[in-house]
Amino acid sequence: MDMKERLQIPRQPMPEQEAQKRARNFEEVPLGYTPKMAETEALRCIQCKKPACVEGCPVEVNIPGFIELVAQGRYIEAAILIKQTNALPAVCGRVCPQEAQCEERCVRGKKGDPVAIGRLERFVADYEREAGEVSIPEPAPKTGKRVAVVGSGPAGLTVAGDLVKLGHDVTIFEALHEPGGVLVYGIPEFRLPKAIVRAEVDYLRRMGVKIETSYVIGKLDTVDDLFAEGYDAVFLGTGAGLPTFMNIPGENLNGIYSANEYLTRSNLMKAYRFPEYDTPIVRGKKVAVVGGGNVAMDAARTAMRLGAEHVYLIYRRSRTEMPARIEEIHHAEEEGIEFHLLTNPIRYIGNDKGWVIGVECLKMELGEPDESGRRKPVPMKGSEFVIDIDTAVVAIGAGSNPLVQSTTPGLETNKWNYIVADEETGQTSREGVFAGGDIVTGSATVILAMGAGRKAARAIHTYVMSKE
Amino acid sequence: MSAEILEKEQLSKGVFRMVLRGPKIARKRKAGQFVVVRIHEEGERIPLTIADADPEKGTITIIYQIVGKSTRHLADLRVGDTILDLVGPLGKPTHVEFFGTVACIGGGIGIAPVYPITQAMKNAGNHVISIIGARSKEVLIMEEEMRTVSDDMVVTTDDGTYGFHGLVSQALEEKYLKPGRKIDLVVAIGPVRMMSAVCDVTKKYNVPTVVSLNTVMVDATGMCGACRVSVAEKMQFVCVDGPEFDGHQVDFKELMDRLCIYLTDEQKSVDHYCSHGRHVGD
Repeated sequence: MDMKERLQIPRQPMPEQEAQKRARNFEEVPLGYTPKMAETEALRCIQCKKPACVEGCPVEVNIPGFIELVAQGRYIEAAILIKQTNALPAVCGRVCPQEAQCEERCVRGKKGDPVAIGRLERFVADYEREAGEVSIPEPAPKTGKRVAVVGSGPAGLTVAGDLVKLGHDVTIFEALHEPGGVLVYGIPEFRLPKAIVRAEVDYLRRMGVKIETSYVIGKLDTVDDLFAEGYDAVFLGTGAGLPTFMNIPGENLNGIYSANEYLTRSNLMKAYRFPEYDTPIVRGKKVAVVGGGNVAMDAARTAMRLGAEHVYLIYRRSRTEMPARIEEIHHAEEEGIEFHLLTNPIRYIGNDKGWVIGVECLKMELGEPDESGRRKPVPMKGSEFVIDIDTAVVAIGAGSNPLVQSTTPGLETNKWNYIVADEETGQTSREGVFAGGDIVTGSATVILAMGAGRKAARAIHTYVMSKE
Repeated sequence: MSAEILEKEQLSKGVFRMVLRGPKIARKRKAGQFVVVRIHEEGERIPLTIADADPEKGTITIIYQIVGKSTRHLADLRVGDTILDLVGPLGKPTHVEFFGTVACIGGGIGIAPVYPITQAMKNAGNHVISIIGARSKEVLIMEEEMRTVSDDMVVTTDDGTYGFHGLVSQALEEKYLKPGRKIDLVVAIGPVRMMSAVCDVTKKYNVPTVVSLNTVMVDATGMCGACRVSVAEKMQFVCVDGPEFDGHQVDFKELMDRLCIYLTDEQKSVDHYCSHGRHVGD
């Protein structure tokens, strides 16, 4: 096909479950490309000599390379090519904000729609997994060096994968009973099926990574204990797992959850299948979700799937300032989430049994930009009003869990208690201790954590190999 | 990691003691800490206090009462069965030092968690007064164990079938505080109502009081906030900030309300478990 024809192909939409149906089930919303769709979409890539998309990718996937292989129908080879730099393509193809990374830089986006790089990545990874042809790279000779990875989220999994490939002996320590971190406790099944995370984790296991679950570093062992047990280096990828509340009256009423709790119950503990699974969750009919990020969208859409009649998304700024991905906001709206924008809760109202029955809010207007560059919401005097609710989920961000920092002497942290680490190497103030992902940057994206993991893995390799 | 059940013993009606293999936890745990168990793949995560540990044998002891589905399931398991996940030691250890005279108070199943603390307080050189209570004589547990680590002990029963007829809080006041006995610290563990009643008494006599709270938890590492309580009007997490707090500052009313969130679901879960065949021995 010549260039002119390639340029005329429109961006291929990805089929998805119809909104009304999916709003009541936990199955994945987008259904993925067929091979035909993928090949057509792949032909839209004009194979730039200097591909800007690659610069937009935190782990520098060879994007034109794998897309060309898709266009030729060589899917398995495409998967192998992606995996040279990205250990979790099925995850990234689903949850990366491509519109702000690779696809934002795509030349075709300048006049029309960019190539659907994320959808193609997802297609390739799914194809490989479903074909059962996932290949294990040839293991490098053993170095005899031992590395402990604390936390099995995107950063930890990346570090472990990269280091095991280099011949190191890698053990991941995970506090929860299931590896995956935010991929299993945070992101819902309908956005990232857990079977996919399990497959990615199994892939690491098959490469030789050892995983100790239900193992809390900072409690059962400290970082110093790990060194004493013979580890040569430690990577800290413990994430941003501390819930944030607003500290307004009534926040401890029954029926009010942190987003972390609500999502952990539903995702990790499978409360949506209660009583088949033991963990319960309050199935509210009128649910308020406070916040405007991806986590808020996940919570709101989960509430709908748990049988809510009304789900109100309460956000203090306007739609333009919402940190959530446009696609997620769009999905939430399609599923019937009711947005209360420029609205801020000031207190919760309870009944005599201690259950929440309402949330009092203030209307806001936008003032001057604040330090984040977004226009600051200012309360409108006398605009108080009450929304009747029986459940609320507070999704206004997460902080750093102090368990590791507080038990690791000499580990420097910043004023929010995030670990101070070199941006290029992940090196912390402690020799042999590296860190990356949300525990360094604060809540960010899966792919940024993976990028940090990749850099830290390189630095750890250099460090342990230079050691006696 | 998973844990094998090495011993199981029924202590009283609906109350069981289990010894689990957990070598590392046994070495690291300190008085006042707890573990989280998840019995099987569909299981919930429940916190249980470590009642005792043997670092040499590599075992920990848990004591639990059947209250909901998971404890019922646990009671159906046998020696040799394996619990899918055992996590710990969690929570902050009890602050143990020489205070002088320490009164250790346990109510009902709360005697189990107060036992290791009593032992630690005794080892730290304190004069230890123990007050343990139960509804009735036949549901009283650990009397002998408690006696061995106490200098002085009172047993109470609500129905008067054994020992002091009344509540532990009443025994504390009538037998010690009212007659002017100087107590430097009270540690009270048991049902919320009991701890609240003990605190009402100790406030009156100005005796510092530590309570250990048992709330709903999910991750139990500070991630979810399910276990949040108000202490001195500040939000605290029982799993990482506790489980022990200044009893005079705890909002017991809120705590009691929060313990009721899943009452209906608990029953549903028990019904489901009983009607779908118990997982005995799997």
